[in-house]
Formats: sequence, C-alpha cells, structure tokens
Amino acid sequence: MLRFLLRRLAVLIPTFIGVSIIAFSFIRMLPGDPVALLSGERVMSPERHAEISHQLGFDRPIVIQYLDYLWGVLRGDFGTSISTKGSVLEQFLQLFPATLELSICAIIVAIVLGIPAGIFAAIKRGSFFDQSVMGAALVGYSMPIFWWGLLLIILFSGILQWTPVSGRISLMFFFPQVTGFMLIDSLLSGQEGAFKSAVSHLILPTIVLATIPLAVIARQTRSAMLEVLGEDYVRTARAKGLSPFRVVGVHALRNAMIPVITTIGLQVGVLMAGAILTETIFSWPGIGKWMVDSVFRRDYPVIQGGLLIIAGIIMLVNLVVDLLYGLINPRIRH
Amino acid sequence: MIRKLTFAAALLAATALAGAANAKTFVYCSEASPEGFDPGLYTGGNTFDASAHPVYNRLLEFKKGTTEVEPGLAESYEVSDDGLQYTFKLRQGVKFQTTDFFTPTREFNADDVIFSFERPWKEDNPWHKYVEGASWEYFAGMGMPELLDKIEKVDDHTVRFTLKRKEAPFLANVAMPFASILSKEYADKLQADGKMNQMNQMPLGTGPFTFVGYQQDAVIRYKANPDYWGGKQPIDDLVFAITTDAAVRYQKLKAGECHLMPYPNAADVASMKADPSLKISEQEGLNVAYLAYNATQAPFDKVEVRKALNMAINKQAIVDAVFQGAATPAKNPIPPTMWSYNDAIEDDKYDPEAAKAALEAAGVKDLSMKVWAMPVARPYMLNARRAAELIQSDFDKIGVKVEIVSYEWAEYLDKSKAKDRDGAVILGWTGDNGDPDNFLDTLLGCDAVGGNNRAQWCNKEFDDLVTKAKEASDQAERTKLYEEAQVVFKREAPWATLDHSLAIVPMRKEVQGFVQSPLGDFTFDGVDLAE
Repeated sequence: MLRFLLRRLAVLIPTFIGVSIIAFSFIRMLPGDPVALLSGERVMSPERHAEISHQLGFDRPIVIQYLDYLWGVLRGDFGTSISTKGSVLEQFLQLFPATLELSICAIIVAIVLGIPAGIFAAIKRGSFFDQSVMGAALVGYSMPIFWWGLLLIILFSGILQWTPVSGRISLMFFFPQVTGFMLIDSLLSGQEGAFKSAVSHLILPTIVLATIPLAVIARQTRSAMLEVLGEDYVRTARAKGLSPFRVVGVHALRNAMIPVITTIGLQVGVLMAGAILTETIFSWPGIGKWMVDSVFRRDYPVIQGGLLIIAGIIMLVNLVVDLLYGLINPRIRH
Repeated sequence: MIRKLTFAAALLAATALAGAANAKTFVYCSEASPEGFDPGLYTGGNTFDASAHPVYNRLLEFKKGTTEVEPGLAESYEVSDDGLQYTFKLRQGVKFQTTDFFTPTREFNADDVIFSFERPWKEDNPWHKYVEGASWEYFAGMGMPELLDKIEKVDDHTVRFTLKRKEAPFLANVAMPFASILSKEYADKLQADGKMNQMNQMPLGTGPFTFVGYQQDAVIRYKANPDYWGGKQPIDDLVFAITTDAAVRYQKLKAGECHLMPYPNAADVASMKADPSLKISEQEGLNVAYLAYNATQAPFDKVEVRKALNMAINKQAIVDAVFQGAATPAKNPIPPTMWSYNDAIEDDKYDPEAAKAALEAAGVKDLSMKVWAMPVARPYMLNARRAAELIQSDFDKIGVKVEIVSYEWAEYLDKSKAKDRDGAVILGWTGDNGDPDNFLDTLLGCDAVGGNNRAQWCNKEFDDLVTKAKEASDQAERTKLYEEAQVVFKREAPWATLDHSLAIVPMRKEVQGFVQSPLGDFTFDGVDLAE
C-alpha cells in the first residue's frame, strides 16, 4: 500500500509542474493586456504603460518570469492581484470555504439521491420508474445552469417566496468568520435564526450545482449495476437462494461501485466548473466568481494562482479516490 | 491582527444592531465587488461608490444631481490673476470618523490635504508604493503629475496649489473620487505599526458613513457617522449586498431584500414600472456612444464621405432597438446635461437618398468597410452587435457593404487605438468630472490620436478652440469656445454620434431622498426610508 501511495505521489509532481506551465503560458496567450486594462476605457500613455509593466515585471523574458513565479509558489507565495493589489493566497483562503461548503452539499445531495435512483432504475429496468429517472437525468445533464438557476429563483423566491433570492445568509445576521463555513459559523454565533437562514440560502444553489453530478451519478450507477447484475456470480448468488436485498446490496453493489466512485471523483472538476456559474447567479462569494472576474481583468497572478490551487485540490481528490479503489478492490493495489 | 480587528468590529456592530431594534437599515444591491477601499488606487465606479462616496470627502464636491462643484472640505477658494494659484480655505471643526480600529485625536487640517495629494504624486512619499503595483491610475490619467507644481500649507486651515500651466478643469478634478482626503494621523499610525495595507482594507475619512466591515464579494457594512460635519444621516446603517447578475438584483428588489439597485436589464424596465412596490428614477447619463471613422484612411479622410455615411444612419431605430427608448439620439459629442452643450446645432438628417447622392458626388463607388462592435454592454451602448447590424443594413441601402468585426473587450480597446486601424469603431465614453474638456479634448484632441481619439482625427481649428477653453478660467468664455468647437466637430464629422443613454435606477417605493448623479455615482448621503 505504501509503495502504491508513493508511486501515485511521484506522478503528482510532474503533473503539477505541467499544470503550472499551462496555467502560466495559456493566460498570456489570451489577447488583451492587464496593464492597459487598469485604466479602463481611458487610454494609458506608452511611457506609463512601460513603467507599470516594468513594476510588475512583465518586461522580463517569459522563462524568467515563470521560474520566478514557480520559486514563489514553492515558498507559498502566489503573488499579488494586479487589480485589487491583495495577496492571491489570502483571497483564495477567504473565499474557498464558501465554494467548498456549496460543493460538499451538492455532492452529498448528488450521491444520496443519485446512487439509489440508479440502483432502482437498474433493478426495474425498462419500467416507468427507470424511464422517468433516465429522462430526468438527461434533462438535468443538458440544462444550462444559468437558465436553470434563474428559473428556480423566479419560482421559489419570486412567486412562492419560500427561499431567499441570493447570498449566504440574511443581512440581519452579522458575525465573525471563524471557519468560513456558514452552517458552522451560524451555529457558533449563537444568534437565533442564523442557522435556519444559512440553510435556506443554501437550498437553491445546492440544487443547481448538484443537478449535473446527480444526473451523471444516476446514469453511471444504473449502467454499472446492469452490467454486474448480468454476471455469473450474481446468478449463482440468486440460485443459492439469497434474498434479493443481499444479492443487490452486497454482491452486486460492491463491484458496481468501482466505476461509480471514479465518476464521483471526476465530478470534483465538474463541481468547480459548475460553481463558477452557480456562484455568479446566487451572488455566492466563492472562488468561481473570483476567477471569472479575474479572467475579464486579465489578472494573471489570480488566474494562474487560482488554477494551480484548484488543480492541486482536484489532483489530491483523485489520489484519494485511487486509494479508495485499493480498499474496495484489493487487486488494484498491485 | 486584521482578523482580530474585524472580529472586534463585528462583535461591536452585532451588539449595536441588537441594541437598536428599530435601526433603519438601507440595503443597496451593488453590481460588483470593490477592488479595494483606497479610492486613489482604482478607477472603477463601483469601487468609488463603496469608498470615496460613503467614507470620504473632497476639498470640493459635486452638487447633488449636477456636475457643478460646490464647497466640500474647503469652504471657499481663490484663483490668482495669472490662473496658476488656487488657494483653498479649509472648513474648521471637521472630525475624522471614530471607529473601533482608530480614534482620532485631532480635527481635519492642512496636513491631511497635503498628505492626500503627495501620496499619489511624490515618488519618495512612503505611501507612494504602499501596496504592490500601486499606479494611481486616475491621478495620472487626469494629468495631475504634469499639472501640479507645488502644494503649500499657508496655515493650518489654508492650502495653496500652484499649477505649471493654466487649466480650468483643475477644480472639477479636485472634486473627483481619486482626490479624496485621507487622515494623515491614521496613516502615520498605520505606518508606525507596520500595517500600511490596512489603509486599503479599513478606510477612515470625514464622510457621512463610517466603515464597519467587508466580507469579500458578499457584503459591505457602514453605519451613519454621528460626527458628520454635514449633519447626521436619516438612516442608521448602510449595507451593500453585492449581486452581480441584473436579473437576480431585480428579484432581490422585488422580494424586499434590497432597497435600490443599479443597471437593470433594459428588458425588465417595463415590468418594474408596472410594479406598485417599486419606483424608477431616470436621468440622461453623462455619456455618448459613437461610431468613429478612421480619418487618416481613404476614403474616410474625406469629410464628404463621413458626412454621407452619417446621413445614412437611422439613429432613432438604434435607440428603439437597443435601448427600448431609454436613450436619446446624439447630435453632439457631449451630452445635453453638460454645460456648453450647443443645442443650436442641427443634426445630419437621416436621408438615405441624399446620402447615396453625396457618396457618388464624392467619387466613392462599391465601398466596403468594417464596423467594429464592442463585445460588452456599457451604459452608453447596451448591445453594440445589434447597433452594428442596424448600421450594416442602413449602409447597405446606400450601396456600402459592411463587415461586422468584434474582439474580446481588452483586445478591442487595444486594437481600436491603432492609427492604421481598418474600419469604423463603435465605442463611447462616460464623463469623469462633468467638464466638457473631459470629452472634447480627451476624445478628440490632437494629443489623443493613437489613444482615446479613436477617429485618429486631428483638426487644428478644433484643437486650438479646445486648448484655449482649457486655459480660460471664465466659465462664460469657456462656454463660448466649446460651443464653437462643437460646430467644427459637426462640420467635420469625425464620428457619427449615436446616442446618450438614460441611466435608470429602480428602487422600492419607501426610498426617499435619493438623488441620481449625472456622473453615474451612487451616493446615499441623505437617503431615508419611509415608515
């Protein structure tokens, strides 16, 4: 197991360097100049432009800029935002809990609903239930997030007035950020109604962000189950007279879970991408919105720093998923 | 330490909120996060709405709802006969805000003014580079470093600015957000504590609202400044709820989650007007959208060709299609709300037949050209692609083939500056300080060719008039010169002026005392909520 872990870790290092090169160079290939953007529609004189470029170090050879950046990253310095002049790492750490909280809620919803739905659809293959679940999954998967979010807001916040429109908690509540997770902080604050308000603000964004992973997990679970249910050992188990629950729940499910876990691991990337739009619609102060704004401002340090940290997180999650395989299926360890 | 301070601030505010159960809280659904809280460092209007306007004051201020300047922290000023020296008499008894992160021990005086102007100006000032990449963009953009010769303290309550050349718009510049007055005492303390960065995170000034806290990308909180020299505010708390999407802002406004919002979607305005819980304030914005020909490239170097094309554009159709009527067709390069607007000028009449004949007379046949459409919506042009399509069909009627091109915004701004640019560019401008110079010289002066002057148009007659107007200090004389300059502009037609848009501000019925600023600022000084 240790060797397996070390081998996986060894792959991470070149991957990380590769990502850093891509993050660093691709942004610079985008047309548009971060220095000129500082002055908006007002045009900056060439002398001033040169002066500011020099200050920011953009006049040095790109390889030197990259090595300098990498050296900074290795020491934990992700640079300073060009537009806000704040530390990239500090901003990330401040915003990330909001994204994480939303993503965790969304993936929990997707797993808790998606796996059972997929299992039942597989067992009742061809039934009305199966067809409705798969139809709903297809719709969920194809729905534009932005439109879906707005639709929910208009229905549940506008017409029915069941949920608040946007934000993380009602403006009435104002307490210090301890963990950055609103659900926990609202409980810690001890203010009456704060936790309820935080939950009510989470509902719609969670539904929106969970939609695609939910659809993917349900479809994947269904097809993995169908494959496993046709295997000889399942037939043997049935022939032995085991209860249907034991056959499906123990013999089939465990084997069907391997591709499903892979899929769940891959959803982390999908969540990050979905968070960008979800956060924009629901004014959710997370890293998705922060990254999008930075792309428009060509804020190189923020984009490359943000990309690197997110890529690092996705790599770690996938590492954990790989280790989980090992637990579920000992053959993979070797 | 900062975290601890914010914590303390939050606790204090929480207790204060709990204590005053009937506190009046005004919530503004702002459209973007502020870049920071030091107005000198940035150029974004939403940053100024969150910093310069609530927290700070300036020597002169824009009179509410106008572009005229009135006394602010300076009670009065005198201009020397040669027009080079401006002596400001400072208001006495003005207190800086007392917050849980700083308690001032002295009142506002000349040292604060000198500190505030030397910071962006003098490179050896310790605050000049207090954050990485500080470039004081607005201060530089308005030409202040080249304009200022010296600033002296005459006594504790008198400051004298000496300029290197005569420049009347200087007074308007002093009223702009970048010229906000900071507390030198606060700055000295931050410097001594080694926490200079805090200036950009926890602002402290003399303005109507005291900064309480900012939760990044989510909420900014202020409370009324009890010591404000302009009197106490009718509301107790001011909250900015940052809401990027216009449709979501509208839903929040409807649900009563905020009281006022900027920049509604044009398509929503009709239903907002029909909603009994809302009301709408409208004002012509201080802006213009234009189609700039490249006056250095054939055949657009000929006045007759530019004039003919101008006659072919149906501006009313653009206003109707793009703004659903929330704009007016433009005939001059400056908006009608600005002083010196020359209303006597007649616009080129929309007349495709005459346009076609004029084009033929100019010897131009089978012309095909590019029209550049901005990829983003700006207040002066909500949908440039749609406008370009209308222009395309208008030009088609007179036999001119148009290819519409567009680039990503940053690239668009950059490429459209090129002197040898191919084609006519749709772009616009929102005024900075309400001075006509800020449109006429900034956008059409010879110095701006290859830069803001997208028409690459340098006309000596026009340039002389505008330069003369800049140097004259008598407003009546300046008005006359600018009126003449507009006549030259119309005759020479470097642009097709397209529209001046209306700024529409929806708010809840209970909001009282909100005055729309022609400069596009959102200020909440004096705003109240009806019971």
